[in-house]
Amino acid sequence: MAKLPTPQELIASRPPLSGESWLDVKPEFAPGSFCYPAKKETMELLHMPNPHEWDPTADDWGLPENWEQVLCDAFADRLEKHRSLKLFMDICVRCGACADKCHFFLGTNDPKNMPVLRAELLRSLYRRDHTMLGKILGKAAGARGWDTSVVKELFYYAYQCTECRRCSLFCPYGIDTAEITMIVRELLHEVGLGTHWIMDPVKNCSFTGNHLGIQPHSFVEIVEMLADDCETVTGIRPKTPFNKKNAEILFITPSGDVFADPGIYTFMGYLLLFHELDLDYTLSTYASEGGNFGSFTSFNMAKKLNAKMYAEAERLNVKWILGGECGHMWRVINQYMDTYNGPAPANMIPPVSPITGTAFANAASTKMVHIAEFTADLIHHNKLNLDPSRNDHIITTFHDSCNPARGLGMLDEPRYVLKAVCNNFVEMPENTIREQTFCCGAGSGLNTEEIMELRMRAGMPRGNALRYVQQKFGVNHMACVCAIDRATLPPLANYWAPGVTVSGLHELVANALVMEGEQKRTMDLRQEDLPGIEEDEPAAQEGGE
Amino acid sequence: MFISLLLVLLIGAIAWAGSTAGFSSLFGVALPCAAVAVFIGGMIWRMVYWARSPVPFCIPTTGGQEQSLDFIRQEKFDCPSTQGGVIVRMFLEICLFRSLFRNTSADVRADMPGNNGPGTIYYSSKWLWCFALLFHYCFLLVFLRHFRFFMEPVPCWVTWLETVDGIMQVGTPRFFMTGGILLAALLFLLGRRVFNQRLRCISLLNDYFPLWLLIGIVCTGICLRYFDKTEIALVKVFIMSVTQFSPDSDAAKNIAPLFFVHLTLVSTLLAYFPFSKLTHMLGVFFSPTRNLANNSRRVRHINPWNPPKQFFTYAEYEDTYRDAMAEAGLPLEKAPDKAAE
Repeated sequence: MAKLPTPQELIASRPPLSGESWLDVKPEFAPGSFCYPAKKETMELLHMPNPHEWDPTADDWGLPENWEQVLCDAFADRLEKHRSLKLFMDICVRCGACADKCHFFLGTNDPKNMPVLRAELLRSLYRRDHTMLGKILGKAAGARGWDTSVVKELFYYAYQCTECRRCSLFCPYGIDTAEITMIVRELLHEVGLGTHWIMDPVKNCSFTGNHLGIQPHSFVEIVEMLADDCETVTGIRPKTPFNKKNAEILFITPSGDVFADPGIYTFMGYLLLFHELDLDYTLSTYASEGGNFGSFTSFNMAKKLNAKMYAEAERLNVKWILGGECGHMWRVINQYMDTYNGPAPANMIPPVSPITGTAFANAASTKMVHIAEFTADLIHHNKLNLDPSRNDHIITTFHDSCNPARGLGMLDEPRYVLKAVCNNFVEMPENTIREQTFCCGAGSGLNTEEIMELRMRAGMPRGNALRYVQQKFGVNHMACVCAIDRATLPPLANYWAPGVTVSGLHELVANALVMEGEQKRTMDLRQEDLPGIEEDEPAAQEGGE
Repeated sequence: MFISLLLVLLIGAIAWAGSTAGFSSLFGVALPCAAVAVFIGGMIWRMVYWARSPVPFCIPTTGGQEQSLDFIRQEKFDCPSTQGGVIVRMFLEICLFRSLFRNTSADVRADMPGNNGPGTIYYSSKWLWCFALLFHYCFLLVFLRHFRFFMEPVPCWVTWLETVDGIMQVGTPRFFMTGGILLAALLFLLGRRVFNQRLRCISLLNDYFPLWLLIGIVCTGICLRYFDKTEIALVKVFIMSVTQFSPDSDAAKNIAPLFFVHLTLVSTLLAYFPFSKLTHMLGVFFSPTRNLANNSRRVRHINPWNPPKQFFTYAEYEDTYRDAMAEAGLPLEKAPDKAAE
């Protein structure tokens, strides 16, 4: 990976807009500007069309002989399937309100990263084949035909969009670039173009149950290890139920949380919370993935990967599903799951919290509750013994992840929890939070190393907002409810606001949670000493060993 | 931009020349009637085209807090969970341009004082919202005022509108504010396309053409009222005769050619409408990110083309990993020895 420029250099290096027509400018596939292509074997295993090895920097991308026909047919097919696509192709007035709402545009100043132009890449093709004026007037009416450079352009920009939907919030017609990007990616897959960082997890998830390809025995091993760590910190070894039939609740969270720092601490938080509640729940090694990289591939792939949740809920005869902290997972669950794979199996019932008796009426059909909703309800009913002072060494802010914010509308539940477990909470500027939140810059399968500079560019608005509260209010921590964020925000914070740490919400919950029979806490879940504890009570050290 | 201006001028010139050359019934009768037919037919055709495709998923853009726990206040209109809430959201969107009202302008700086380094400032930017709203409402009012020419007797609401519109009591004939504001708003909308580099970069012929067309319509309209001072009574006689499908060609002959330019530009707009971005007028009602309730966890949304389920089942999974699972002490559907049989 090339060395990153400094933040100042990065901002200064954004080229000014040129006067040239965007139709005449073609993207350059310089290293760092594109994700590595998917491997041939991966695509074969998944029965994707035209599996082949190819190199984005090469002239020839190994498209099938009849690629133009394939793409035209696929596009026509998607128009028949999605009213949104027809509308979004027709009604954009190019008012430009979306332009500087996109983190990719702000970070790169590349005109085609304005959501309007990103869509226009496809719209120009639509005009030629599907509109009367485009057919008659051609280029004069903004129509163009397919050629290989257009395919390359679509690939380039469909993978410089994180499907965060910020533009759709500001669009007077609600035109949603996520919808367009999802469909463009689907079209590209028809001719065998995909990225390794997305398709590899898809393959893993298809055959092992999770994106990371953790096999059942290793999954158990890792979780047991995390439970051991919980014991080190709290003196209590939480239960780790796996594939347990007839449990009340099936708990599903992104596999990133059992694997990668700092997600693992969030996972430990879940284990401790459930143990303290004596919750009748189970984990599943089969449905061990909450996330869904299929949703970055195609609607059908998303459906396929998602199907395991209900299938496992049925097999294990659970009453309802509790979902962990994850962004795109929750867009899929809220807006797609019931449609894809519902109705929920007959053994499931509308979720009711066994601790507080609260019925989650908003999840009556899907029968899946977000853990922030679950925990907020617990706290509201005073069911948790919390000592927020254990988090006093942090001044935290909260990053709304795009999908929970704009595809679910979950804004206040995590804040309610956060304020209960942390005494020091500061909001970032209002244009960068809640429904107006900015993406971490690497969602929708772009959280790969080879595009680190691009990620830092796209993460600039978030980074700057974080830096603002860091400088002004001494914020040293950012909480989030997304596993991808937990992977992408640490490098972002390190770049834009060094010194800010990142964690999931439930890591902080467990740090503040006073458990029955626990030892005196001297360290947090990361096994870092809690400031101020040792000096006061040196005896407390003993229990931790 | 210039091509579209030339195009509009050309259409105007043809109408002028045509009507003075004695083709006033073509430009005054045939063209407008055809344009109205194309407009109505075209818009229906467009709506049918949209409606033919299903809305497979419930994809509202949630613009605020969802409906969840009792103690958490829902943004009922920005994130509606009921049909009523959706109606309010759509009303706010269509009548008040809610989303455009959110508009901000971002200023990225390599060095921001107080930030000790880079920063981004977001300024509230309501100009577009303001002028877009002014344009649309003034256009609507001007359109309604024109019912004076289509109805006999003139309905009282038209007279009332005219009174309010001319309330400043400037000039004779009295100056209608809506006409002036409409022109100013159009010039603003055109100006930002010309002078804002981002806008210039995304603007197409399809964007300039309707603007010039509208400017042409407004300018000719203003000229007809204040400068050319067309014989209004004659125009009314003519229009009434057209609406009754018995065009009065004598009246047509005596009307100034500028009127036909005005009429032809309006006809062009109507005929162009269904084939252009102007369909946003009806399209916004169909927008699935706005017109659906965020209740897809409570009520199942149906996808008519939902493909059959096809996935790696638990049975296949257990078959693949049975031994390892047994060793890890995981409960199994089939014990390893049984499965081998």
